[in-house]
Amino acid sequence: MELKDKIVESYVAFENGINVNTAIHDIRSEALQNFEKLGFPTKKLEEWKYTSLNAVLKNDFSIFPNKENSIEFADVKKYFIHDIDTYKVVFIDGKYSSFLSDTTHDGKDVCLMSSALSKSKYKAVIENYFNKIAKQDNLTSLNTAFANEGAYIYIPKNVEVEKPIQIINFTTGNDVATMIQPRNLIVVEENAHVQIIERHQSLTENAVLTNVVTEIYAARNANVDFYKIQNDKDNASLVDNTYIEQKTNSEVSVHTFSFGGNITRNNLNFYQRGEHINSILKGITIIEGKQHVDHHTLVHHIEPNCESHQDYKGIFDERSTGVFNGKVIVEKEAQKTNAYQQNNNVLVSDKSTINAKPQLEIFADDVKCSHGCTIGQLDSDALFYMQQRGIPKKEGKALLMYAFANTVLESVKIPEVKSRITKLIATKLAVNIGFDL
Amino acid sequence: MSKYTEDNLREELKTKEYEYGFYTDIESETFAKGLNEDVVRAISKKKNEPQWMTDWRLEAFRVWKKMEEPDWANVKYPKPNFQEIAYYSAPKKKPKLNSLDEVDPDLLDTFKKLGISLDEQKRLANVAVDIVMDSVSVATTFKKTLGEKGIIFMPISEAIQEHPELVKKYLGTVVPTSDNFYAALNSAVFSDGSFCYIPKGVRCPMELSTYFRINEGGTGQFERTLVVADKGSYVSYLEGCTAPQRDENQLHAAVVELIAMDDAEIKYSTVQNWFPGDANGKGGVFNFVTKRGLCETNAKISWTQVETGSAVTWKYPSCILKGNNSVGEFYSIAVTNHYQQADTGTKMIHLGKNTRSTIISKGISAGKSQNSYRGLVQVNARAENARNFSQCDSLLMGNECGAHTFPYIEAKNKTAQIEHEATTSKIGEDQLFYCNQRGIDTEKAIALIVNGFSKEVLNKLPMEFAVEAQKLLEISLEGSVG
Repeated sequence: MELKDKIVESYVAFENGINVNTAIHDIRSEALQNFEKLGFPTKKLEEWKYTSLNAVLKNDFSIFPNKENSIEFADVKKYFIHDIDTYKVVFIDGKYSSFLSDTTHDGKDVCLMSSALSKSKYKAVIENYFNKIAKQDNLTSLNTAFANEGAYIYIPKNVEVEKPIQIINFTTGNDVATMIQPRNLIVVEENAHVQIIERHQSLTENAVLTNVVTEIYAARNANVDFYKIQNDKDNASLVDNTYIEQKTNSEVSVHTFSFGGNITRNNLNFYQRGEHINSILKGITIIEGKQHVDHHTLVHHIEPNCESHQDYKGIFDERSTGVFNGKVIVEKEAQKTNAYQQNNNVLVSDKSTINAKPQLEIFADDVKCSHGCTIGQLDSDALFYMQQRGIPKKEGKALLMYAFANTVLESVKIPEVKSRITKLIATKLAVNIGFDL
Repeated sequence: MSKYTEDNLREELKTKEYEYGFYTDIESETFAKGLNEDVVRAISKKKNEPQWMTDWRLEAFRVWKKMEEPDWANVKYPKPNFQEIAYYSAPKKKPKLNSLDEVDPDLLDTFKKLGISLDEQKRLANVAVDIVMDSVSVATTFKKTLGEKGIIFMPISEAIQEHPELVKKYLGTVVPTSDNFYAALNSAVFSDGSFCYIPKGVRCPMELSTYFRINEGGTGQFERTLVVADKGSYVSYLEGCTAPQRDENQLHAAVVELIAMDDAEIKYSTVQNWFPGDANGKGGVFNFVTKRGLCETNAKISWTQVETGSAVTWKYPSCILKGNNSVGEFYSIAVTNHYQQADTGTKMIHLGKNTRSTIISKGISAGKSQNSYRGLVQVNARAENARNFSQCDSLLMGNECGAHTFPYIEAKNKTAQIEHEATTSKIGEDQLFYCNQRGIDTEKAIALIVNGFSKEVLNKLPMEFAVEAQKLLEISLEGSVG
């Protein structure tokens, strides 16, 4: 049976396990119809021109892993940022793991989507925010249809969350290919401040497909700092759909580090509804083998006096493929917008490919918009210079790559995340350069 | 007497047909609206084309029938009804006017601003000229010079008759009949166009332009141009005219093919100023053009274009850099005002080693117009050391218009070096103020700034053209000061 049919048919079973008498459930049913109509994306769609999910979708995914799986903390400790204290919202095969998690209701809510959807005290927030900015496209609709579990984070006015929050999804399906669809909702009220680290990790050799949707709302003067660490195994594919709405004076930054996985697709969408907003989108991609990483970004400048900064660096080895599609839309009311977009890529191997499409759509005249995109190689003169001074070629290359990626790394605000990423890059490049950037 | 065979019969029929003057028969016929195989055949007959040409057109028509009109471009317009178009009409007889006094004063005003000579004005406005016009004799001398060098430059319909071997060999090799919807349509029904062949090692001594081709009766609706530069030759080709061209045909679908063989260089410059519709966006020409050039080893193709006209433009002059060390260039200025829409850009396909390409695109949008740059830079796996530099700058005037950039960059070779830059800006109030202070009125100041903005491209045009183009920009943006 085709995966699409299987998914649509399993909806009835899904309904049996949840409370269907809620306003949310109408949204789900509508989303399912939408997905039924649209199906999975194909290469014929302009948005999916360079990324094909066909090979991944051939797997016979189990949609609801029934078994409760437990894992020992010691086995997965390395996937956490464990050297600092954090709140943790951890899921195993899409189910909440209270054992690994560390949630709170003390002055803020860091908890579960499933309980937020079912308890009346969260009703107002859910009704105001759930599925309000998520696009009605195929994969987001699919997620919405089955939306039930994920992280629910609500930071009230003037609260500065004292430690970062980690959202981690493990998949263990050892017998079958597993598909999970986490749904996260993050609401950050006026003057509030939060740092979040998100990670998806497969612990199995079977195929995994994660289709995650995250909605983030940043109210006036709010500050959200979001890090996505993508270093999964070669059997795991990820479609990450993130939608962010910002109000006046807010600042949201999203750093995406893509070092692994089979096919990784990041749809990162910013909607600026207010003035003096700053949106920061940064990413480092270092992949090899047959890996494929696709960054699709959208910054929609709707009102005047806002800024956006995009900076994506990519290093592609072996047969890997990179895609960058950055879209900036400046509406005619959005005068005095400053929008910058930078995308630099290095192809290390003859077999690697990069497809870039930095796109601008501008309807206002008093704006500063620029985009730059380069594809090239490491500077051979610089490499030669280092070799002359006794730095081996491999280390020299690594140094150059660090330098190349450093504009992204330097804006990481959590030191432990920065050192973790630095280590990951060192492992990736198989060097030990013995210093922290 | 030998046996009467089928061949004899065929031969007889052929001659007979000719005997009864089927050809002249068609002459008097007015083609009804609509398009089918008979119409395609009739166009071919009308042109007295050989069988291979008829077959070629028919094949294109069959392909076209299966195709769908593309709608991916960032333009909106009512889709033309292809059955409502008459695909062949006898050359239009414009009313001859007796003196310039009878010409529309608006038109004369524009001519004056462009600085077009009086004789030329008369020719363009279709005024009868009683003294022998200079350009005719000039054209004759030019023809002689070209002939001495062995350069062939003639309407493509004549070339099909006189040099069938050349046309047959190259036609459709760069833009195949099945390339796209409008190219297929053009291949099926093209009425005329230009053919140019520069022999080995010849450097064409003058700018070739349709302007000097005396038997050219105005550009057609479906124009077909083929330029072949043989090994080591050079040619600079000018197309279009800065003078405003009003045309009743709404749809224009031209195809231009350039072939630059080893070490050859082709410079192709276009100034396009079709009727853009009135200030309310009514009327205007739809210009859907397929332009492509093929570069062999060490060859160079350079496209330069200034686009100010047409209600809707859809045009991507491209270079296929097939040979090693070949070079492709694209310099463009696209100006849109009122309700004009333009979706233009280029494709640089790097196939050979050490190939280089440069793209400089300047878009100026005013009024309620939409201006898009859409480009592709593709470096294939074997294109070692390919180099590309792209720069797209947009200038917006007012906040009713839009500027869009859709650059596609695809690299499959690690030695590729690709740079893409785009900026969007407006005319600074301080810049205008500075000019005003020095006694330059706002309109002139804008023209000055726009010229500065477009300088890099204007510099690439042949001298006389550049001067006119500069003035043209000024006129196109008239009244856009808010």
